[in-house]
Amino acid sequence: MNTITEMQDAEGLKPAVSLFRERWDIFKRNRTAYSSFIFLIVLLAIAFVGKALTRWFVVFDPQQVRLPEKFLPPLTSFTGKITPAEDAPAFNIYLMGTDELGRDVFARMLEGTSVSLTVGFVAVGISVALGIIFGGISGYYGNKKFGFLTVDTIIMRFVDIMLCFPTFFLILTVVALLPPSIYNIMIVIGLTSWMGTARFVRAEFLTLRELDFVAAARSQAIPEWRIIFIHMTPNAIAPVLVSATIGVASAILIESSLSFLGFGVQPPDATWGNILADGKQFIFDAPWITFIPGFSILFVVLAFNLCGEGLREAFNPKLQEGK
Amino acid sequence: MTQFIIKSIGQRIVLLFFISIISHSIVHLAPGEPSLVDPSNPRMKAEDIQRIRAAFHLDEPLHVQYVYWMKDLFTDELKSFKDNQPVLKKIWDRFLNSLPLFIVGTLITWFLAFPVGIKAAINRGSTFDKTGTFLAYALISIPGFFLSYICIIFMVKTFNVPVIGMRTFGLEDAGLLFRSMDRVWHWTIPSLMSAVAGVAILSRYVRSQMLEVINQDYIRTARAKGLSEDAVIYRHGLRNALLPFITMFGLIIPGLIGGSVIFETIFAWPGMGRLGFEAILARDFPVILTLNFISAILVLVGTLISDILYAVVDPRIKF
Repeated sequence: MNTITEMQDAEGLKPAVSLFRERWDIFKRNRTAYSSFIFLIVLLAIAFVGKALTRWFVVFDPQQVRLPEKFLPPLTSFTGKITPAEDAPAFNIYLMGTDELGRDVFARMLEGTSVSLTVGFVAVGISVALGIIFGGISGYYGNKKFGFLTVDTIIMRFVDIMLCFPTFFLILTVVALLPPSIYNIMIVIGLTSWMGTARFVRAEFLTLRELDFVAAARSQAIPEWRIIFIHMTPNAIAPVLVSATIGVASAILIESSLSFLGFGVQPPDATWGNILADGKQFIFDAPWITFIPGFSILFVVLAFNLCGEGLREAFNPKLQEGK
Repeated sequence: MTQFIIKSIGQRIVLLFFISIISHSIVHLAPGEPSLVDPSNPRMKAEDIQRIRAAFHLDEPLHVQYVYWMKDLFTDELKSFKDNQPVLKKIWDRFLNSLPLFIVGTLITWFLAFPVGIKAAINRGSTFDKTGTFLAYALISIPGFFLSYICIIFMVKTFNVPVIGMRTFGLEDAGLLFRSMDRVWHWTIPSLMSAVAGVAILSRYVRSQMLEVINQDYIRTARAKGLSEDAVIYRHGLRNALLPFITMFGLIIPGLIGGSVIFETIFAWPGMGRLGFEAILARDFPVILTLNFISAILVLVGTLISDILYAVVDPRIKF
């Protein structure tokens, strides 16, 4: 490796840096985007730790009801006059207060972190997978006839049809008619948000399929699905990455809006959206139940948006020259 | 040009047909029928359920139900399952309620987003630009209903004004001036709240569009001619930057239904979004389907108008 670099130095060539390495260095230079990226990594760690501590080795029990201790403000310590000592919160303190049933808001927020992030990531995973499949097929098989229509026409008209539905109204209809379940919400959000990704992927594939490396792959009789998903998709991933990051943010927001209307994740599961939606009835008596999840959603969604914007700038080919 | 318009209208009608089929099947294939809304009611016997199903044609196959729906819709005989009122009249009444909210919200969006975006683009990298960018991201990221609650509490405590509903109950005998002021206060907060996200997104677009235009050669030429800075920015720059926003103008129309569910629920505003929400809760299939159909028509008409406007405004585009 070293000898190669020295050789390149001697011949006056730029050191060979992989595309992602190069983009990553540009991304790091953007301080806001990089710090929100670090924030999201920390949040992911919190989500894992929170899941472990509330589910597997229970230190914080988010479903423990203590009626005498309801509506305690944050940082109240546990007294144990009426409530038995084994129901005490971890470390004998309510870090974020208690709600209308005396449940520890901190424990519920910890549990909600992983649920909210799962909703975001799974929904985006579904939409990205669908987007790559539809966009890839329509870009690769572009002018192949299927009856009297081309494959491309059929898929892109289908995208147009999906774009005509008012998304939130459609999600609301389906979620309200189906039995309430967290998986339905993820699937429905994913199924209604893949159109942008499909368009990006198709546009990239239209240029990629004319390139030499695709012709080379075809000449070696590599199966077509392998060319599409293993050879071409990694070259079209940059715009997908950007829209996926912003997609997680909007999925979290949609989940919280659904919770607000009462169709979100159902109790006793806690997400930030339904803690916020339940807390709004007590906004005058116990403002912390509303404000803690509200600001958490704000910060996390903001971090995802800023991160996505940083990625967009880093992958912008106009910034490539002169650096 | 005429050929282009006829061709795109034809394409859109085909699209509309497929949209109506898809939405009809989604709504009818999902579990939960209107006859099953109240399963615990002991007076509902099996033959009653059978009668309800027959009356609403729910026992027919799907494609027959589709034909019934289309026929009733176009002969204006479509009745709501819930209260047997004509669907189109119900939607029209609610549409008239939604309209002022939508118009005021759109006006706020466009009149606020353009000055902010232009100023940010001219002073690129200034404190104004940086705070504007950050604020825009913050406003996109905050859940709309959370912001609305904070705003309601703040407005009611500070200014002591009414915010919920369309008018204050029991003010029917008050003077005209008093009544209209009451109306204006009821409009202000909901339309402001529904405009917030729009302002944030649109001002970002305006900024990036202006930045692109300002670096063009003809702007340098205009400066070199010795034109005043205002003429350069507003006459030469802004006019060219405005072009892409014509497409956006067509795309805001569908926001009339989809985007307003949350805000109309918070502010108890009897508009189209609320009508859709209530229809979903009551499994009122004709209302759900017709609302979906109308909003699809609005989207298609919006894109058609923006395509035509684009060709009219920009002489470089030819068909």
